[in-house]
Amino acid sequence: MLEFINVGMNYKTLSGYTEALKDISFCVQDGEIVTILGPSGCGKSTFLFIGTGLTQCTSGEVLLNGEAIIEPYKEVGFVFQDHLLLEWRTVLENIMIQGEFRNMDLELTREKALSLIKQVGLSGFENKYPWELSGGMQQRVSICRALVHEPDMLMMDEPFGALDALTREQMRVDLEKMWIQKRNTIVFVTHDIVEAILLADKVVVLTPRPGRVKEVINIDLPRPRNMTVKESKEFMGYRKHITELFMDMGILHDE
Amino acid sequence: MQNTTYKEARRLRIKRMVFWFKNSLPGIISVLGVIVIWELSVRIFDIKEYILPSPSASVMAIITYWNAIRSNLLTTLYEIGLGFGVTVLISIPIATMISYSKIFQKTLYPFMVFVQLIPKVAIAPLFVIWFGFGVMPKILMVFLLSFFPLLMDAVAGLQSLNPRLYSMARTMNDSEWKFYWKIKLPNALPHIFSGLKTSISMATVGAVVAEFLGADSGLGYLLLRANGDINTKLLFAILVVLCLMGMVFFMIMGFIEKKVIPWHVSQRKNLKDDGTKKSDFRATA
Ligand SMILES: Nc1ncnc2c1ncn2[C@@H]1O[C@H](COP(=O)(O)OP(=O)(O)O)[C@@H](O)[C@H]1O
Ligand SMILES: [Mg+2]
Repeated sequence: MLEFINVGMNYKTLSGYTEALKDISFCVQDGEIVTILGPSGCGKSTFLFIGTGLTQCTSGEVLLNGEAIIEPYKEVGFVFQDHLLLEWRTVLENIMIQGEFRNMDLELTREKALSLIKQVGLSGFENKYPWELSGGMQQRVSICRALVHEPDMLMMDEPFGALDALTREQMRVDLEKMWIQKRNTIVFVTHDIVEAILLADKVVVLTPRPGRVKEVINIDLPRPRNMTVKESKEFMGYRKHITELFMDMGILHDE
Repeated sequence: MQNTTYKEARRLRIKRMVFWFKNSLPGIISVLGVIVIWELSVRIFDIKEYILPSPSASVMAIITYWNAIRSNLLTTLYEIGLGFGVTVLISIPIATMISYSKIFQKTLYPFMVFVQLIPKVAIAPLFVIWFGFGVMPKILMVFLLSFFPLLMDAVAGLQSLNPRLYSMARTMNDSEWKFYWKIKLPNALPHIFSGLKTSISMATVGAVVAEFLGADSGLGYLLLRANGDINTKLLFAILVVLCLMGMVFFMIMGFIEKKVIPWHVSQRKNLKDDGTKKSDFRATA
């Protein structure tokens, strides 16, 4: 269980302080998919970094299974917003680095990497370099890298951001399928309302900067959520509600 | 099947060569042009050989004096090899230390800059007093001249790292060594190679200068003697040899670079199959 207790983040910059997060309190249960939804710049990435111990919050506390996080923990797979692929490594090697750093059995890692590559539709690109791929393909490589060691906790920072609508939909379905098998904990950042609802057990809606929790919405839709869920009345209800929240905050308006 | 791919590869290679040739044609023409004008001027104006020998005479002189040039070339190569080796062995670790520690950065860096500011050619005679006429002062001079360019580029390379990559590594393992070896150093290689190229040119200068000031062999020594004998033909022959040597060093560096960092922007083959320039060769999502 990952608990955020009154978490606040004040970045010190050359031109003074930037308050990125304020008073964030909620918790992520084991085996649950939580989506973080908010406008860009509201502190979503910061939030994930704090939740992984990569950044220390300036106020409040983050607890992992009851213990304060004081340094980055390792039982995690992190999909970074900017992919962070190494340009001197091929697709396969970029995924393999996870195994090399964790001293895993490299032969096994390789097999798993290859099957992940196939799963995300990158077969034939194993030996290409990142700069030979489109943005969407790079993002998929970065997702494979975060999955190859089968982490209990998955932090995903707008992982489908660079994908076209169709691939995006397919990736979401695939992610849910994987999750149904493994039941790992997923914290998924997005600024897409539909995506946030379709993936989540729980949507955390953040306000514009400084990000605060506007509302936590439990999503009660049957899984697996196939393409038709979007037409259901319940889904429409959640969507309407969240849209209203954003209108309320002045992020969406009619004219 | 096997045969067609082989033929295909050969066809591609030939196309690349033709493309390379077309690409370097302006350079080749301008160099050849200068040589032709030089040759013609010497012949037409009947310039005395001891003032300016023609290019053909200089090249001929290499053959005439090959025995003398060969043994002295070996000496110079030996000095450059050792001095440059020391440079590589020392500057990369020091650059690493500087990139890791503020204290090293604050203490070592100013010292290096200070050493760099000393006109090293001017202190070369001092080396003769300290170390005599042997190989030692030459190695030292090669080292002093080639060390700094490599250090600067290596430090720049090691410091030009996306800090997020550090975060990424921290989600996997805390080992600093793994991070250095698998991320930080490879990331610095393009800078390091550009440093190596500058550095090897400086190494050549260092060896020749050191030989000027006190030596009993080496191309610098031979150059000085040719000058003393007013043997301008030999002098030019040595200059040609020195130029060729520099070019070969540069090409070796380029070759290693291509092998070690084929992934870097500067090394990517921006060529389509038909040898034309590729503007965008990304695959689509
Ligand atoms: N390392 C940093 N130093 C200073 N300010 C930062 C840093 N990272 C993020 N910020 C600021 O914090 C705010 C939230 O950033 P971020 O977490 O990236 O938002 P999001 O991911 O929601 O777009 C932004 O205003 C950004 O400028
Ligand atoms: Mg972000």
